[in-house]
Amino acid sequence: MATTSTQPVFIALQANNDTMPIIEAIRQDNPNAVVHEYPAMVKIDCPGRLVIKRTSVEEHLGRDFDLREIQINMISIAGNVDESEDEFTLEWKTA
Amino acid sequence: MTVEIRTKSVKPLTNSFGHLQRRFGDKPATRYQEATYDIQSSANFHYKPLWDPEREMFDVRRTAITMKDWYALKDPRQFYYGNYTTTRAKQQDALDRTLDFVEKRDLLRAMPADTRALIEHAIVPLRHYEWGANTNSAHVAAYAYGTAVTSPAMMNTMDRLGMAQHISRIGLLIDGNSGESLLASKTTWTDHADWQPLRREVERMFVTRDWFEVFIAQILVADALVYPLFFQHLDSAIAAGNGSALSSLTDYLMRWYEETGKWVDAVIKTAAAENPENKALLSGWTVTWRDRLVTALAPIAQSTLGNQSEDALAAVVAAFNTRAAKLGLSV
Amino acid sequence: MAAEGNAKPAKKLSLKENYALLTRGLGWEPSYEKQEEIFRNISFEGIKIHDWEKWEDPFRLTMDAYWKYQGEKERKLYAIVDAFQQNNGQFNVTDARYVQALKIFINGITELEYDSHRGFSMLAREFPGVGPRIAAQMQSLDELRHATTQIHTISQYAKYFTGMNEFPYQFDRAWYLSIPKSFFEDAVTSGPFEFIVAISFAFEYVLTNLAFMPWMSGAAFNGDMATVSFGFSAQSDEARHMTLGIEVIKFLLEQDPANVPLVQKWIDKWFWRGYRLLSLLATMMDYMLPKRVMAWNEAWEIYYEQNGGALFADLARYGIKPPTRAPETIAEKGLVAHQMWSVFYANRDAVGFQMWLPSEEEMDWMSEKYPDTFDKYYRPRYEYWREMEKAGTPFKNTTLPQLCQVCQWPCLFTEPNDPTTLSLRETEYKGETFHMCSDGCKDIFDDTPEKFVHAWLPVHQIYQGNCFLPDVDPTAPGFNPMYEALRYMGIKPGVDGGDFKGSADATNWEKWTSRPANIHEGAYTDAVRDTGNQSDVARKAV
Repeated sequence: MATTSTQPVFIALQANNDTMPIIEAIRQDNPNAVVHEYPAMVKIDCPGRLVIKRTSVEEHLGRDFDLREIQINMISIAGNVDESEDEFTLEWKTA
Repeated sequence: MTVEIRTKSVKPLTNSFGHLQRRFGDKPATRYQEATYDIQSSANFHYKPLWDPEREMFDVRRTAITMKDWYALKDPRQFYYGNYTTTRAKQQDALDRTLDFVEKRDLLRAMPADTRALIEHAIVPLRHYEWGANTNSAHVAAYAYGTAVTSPAMMNTMDRLGMAQHISRIGLLIDGNSGESLLASKTTWTDHADWQPLRREVERMFVTRDWFEVFIAQILVADALVYPLFFQHLDSAIAAGNGSALSSLTDYLMRWYEETGKWVDAVIKTAAAENPENKALLSGWTVTWRDRLVTALAPIAQSTLGNQSEDALAAVVAAFNTRAAKLGLSV
Repeated sequence: MAAEGNAKPAKKLSLKENYALLTRGLGWEPSYEKQEEIFRNISFEGIKIHDWEKWEDPFRLTMDAYWKYQGEKERKLYAIVDAFQQNNGQFNVTDARYVQALKIFINGITELEYDSHRGFSMLAREFPGVGPRIAAQMQSLDELRHATTQIHTISQYAKYFTGMNEFPYQFDRAWYLSIPKSFFEDAVTSGPFEFIVAISFAFEYVLTNLAFMPWMSGAAFNGDMATVSFGFSAQSDEARHMTLGIEVIKFLLEQDPANVPLVQKWIDKWFWRGYRLLSLLATMMDYMLPKRVMAWNEAWEIYYEQNGGALFADLARYGIKPPTRAPETIAEKGLVAHQMWSVFYANRDAVGFQMWLPSEEEMDWMSEKYPDTFDKYYRPRYEYWREMEKAGTPFKNTTLPQLCQVCQWPCLFTEPNDPTTLSLRETEYKGETFHMCSDGCKDIFDDTPEKFVHAWLPVHQIYQGNCFLPDVDPTAPGFNPMYEALRYMGIKPGVDGGDFKGSADATNWEKWTSRPANIHEGAYTDAVRDTGNQSDVARKAV
């Protein structure tokens, strides 16, 4: 699972009410994530790997959350994607 | 921080885009018109396509049909991406509730074994027919001329994937999500004698290059025979002994078929009325594909509808001939 | 409840299982017709695919989910577009210069979205594998979405500003719009594998972030609620498309080692071709946003050097190297925006958007952002041109520029490491000399000269007399070839383009909004000065 890469992956989200719990969940589960705020947009960089956990988003949101809902407010991503019911992961595989 | 301005005194310089004004006059345009008319490039192409060096990238010569204006082939549903997707999303929402209802009560699995076997044999393999229709529809979207045709053709392509997936869900409702009925239906589609003549015709469409002929073969003729035969005649036969559980799921397919028919009819009617050569070509293709497909459907009709099969097919063909005549075709 | 022999409770399907069952088994091995007669375009490029089933779908979207999520995006977007139109949102942007950038957008970019729809619909038809076919189909429909939402958003601007009203017509004819047009036509006329490497990987994955993230954020910063909404909404589709881009590369490279050099060649070509196209955004970002978010060189550092670096580090395990001409792009990141603005300014009477010289405030910003280049090479030029404007003899180019045979930009670029020497290259092919703007473009021409000799090069076409409307008589007295060529291109000379100051857009803006058309230069007309306090006027009008 763990990658050895430290190259930055990122996700960029629209800055709005829907994405606040997602951003909070990312901060919580990815201590190395760096959040950059731009007009109307938030870009989050993280070395090697970034994970969004469904349960963490639900904790901040207070309702059930389908990870595919991220797509509505996602602006861009970098890294290899893996998506399951529980986790949305971005990762670089090579160091 | 909205800036308030003297909006009452501000008159627009123009009511719509120049290309729309030239077609419809100086008045506000609809979103369908804005998204459709004259959008495809039509002049000064740069390179010869490696996949078709004799023609331009977009070229009217990829069909034998001719039109003075390809944008005459408009979609009466006035679909552009936004109203298309929101319409489908709404329909899907209603369908999800039906699927949920059927699943929770195990309505399909509660059917007698021979009925389930019949659905597996005669309905579930249509997921492959839909995938074939998806391929053929993509051919139209790829090689047709003008946004008025390519845009609804691409929507139709996706609709066919949606229908293939919907039919697959009927399979999953029967096999309790094991996927066994889907595996079995694939073998039925590729190997069972009942289906081979139809598969043969679907594959023949795959090697037909004239996109308008593909449109006729698949979207006009094949669908007009397949949909009523399976989702009305066979569906009624199944419902007669087993209640309406299956019909609640095939109803969606028939409604979609009827809605799409409005677009198909408008395209064919306009193209046939354009000139006598078009009418002759379209009529010829229609007759050829109708005769092939009626023959191709006979075995599966026979094995599922038994002695009602001839009447059912005859009724389907008669309805099709009436429709084709209304569109200006000689059949 | 269930009948006998079918009593096990229905299994709960995971997302992956559900997707696999509903999707992967749909295709079948044809037996009545030959595979190569059905899928005729997949072998001529030399790419070897042994097993289409190895394709991984990163986003496992079934159609019901596609309709659901896309429908929701559309509902949100059109609610904003409706509100924007009802409230005359076109007047809420910073100033009327910003609108000039939207002219480039609708005239130069919207039609690419349509071309992309067609390119992907070809892949949707021609790929034998179900997974990649479906990904291409969804993208084809998404691209139609992007064309549509751009038209629906910008149509409101087109009603109140000049130069946006003939976008499909101009796209096929205007000399500088052959830059985007030839780019996408090059891709669509290639084989399916080159197309997908070009568009999904080199263009969308490697390059479009750079354009759309800072640009759209800039649109928001300048009060253009409608554009930022369609932009970010489109980008949410792009995130899916980019993932297709990286999956396709991995798939091609894993299928056969013989694919590696072909893929590398296409990456090299399309990185350069995409970079040249997007350099337009360099000048839009640095010069056309009255309030700026980020300079082009900063965007290039973040989105290419940093993120592209991470990507190519990841691909190194397949033997893929960063694009050969990447060093040039880094070397000239402090130059391109300024060189392009200069060329557009000099040729402003022949383009469909209006031009201005950067203000003192803007030049100071550029000095800060481009400490190594701006004050040395470009500030003196602008100051000189400003003097010429003041003297009533503004600088103008009166001859048509030499165009690059590949990217179709005027040969305006300098040697990457020498900003004072123009970069010019040429190749002789079948007894004829062809001109290129750079080594990157020369590489491309030399690899496939037979393709690029067919390019419809506007300046050549004008000289050959192919760019006049049928009502034109070149032998008539007073025949003005430049005026007539512009008319052919759908550009209204003296209205759509030219000097921003004194233009219809600037004058109307001040009349309609009582605000300066250029926030850095004060009012051009009495409409602003005479009305005094803006808020009074606004209040009176309500």
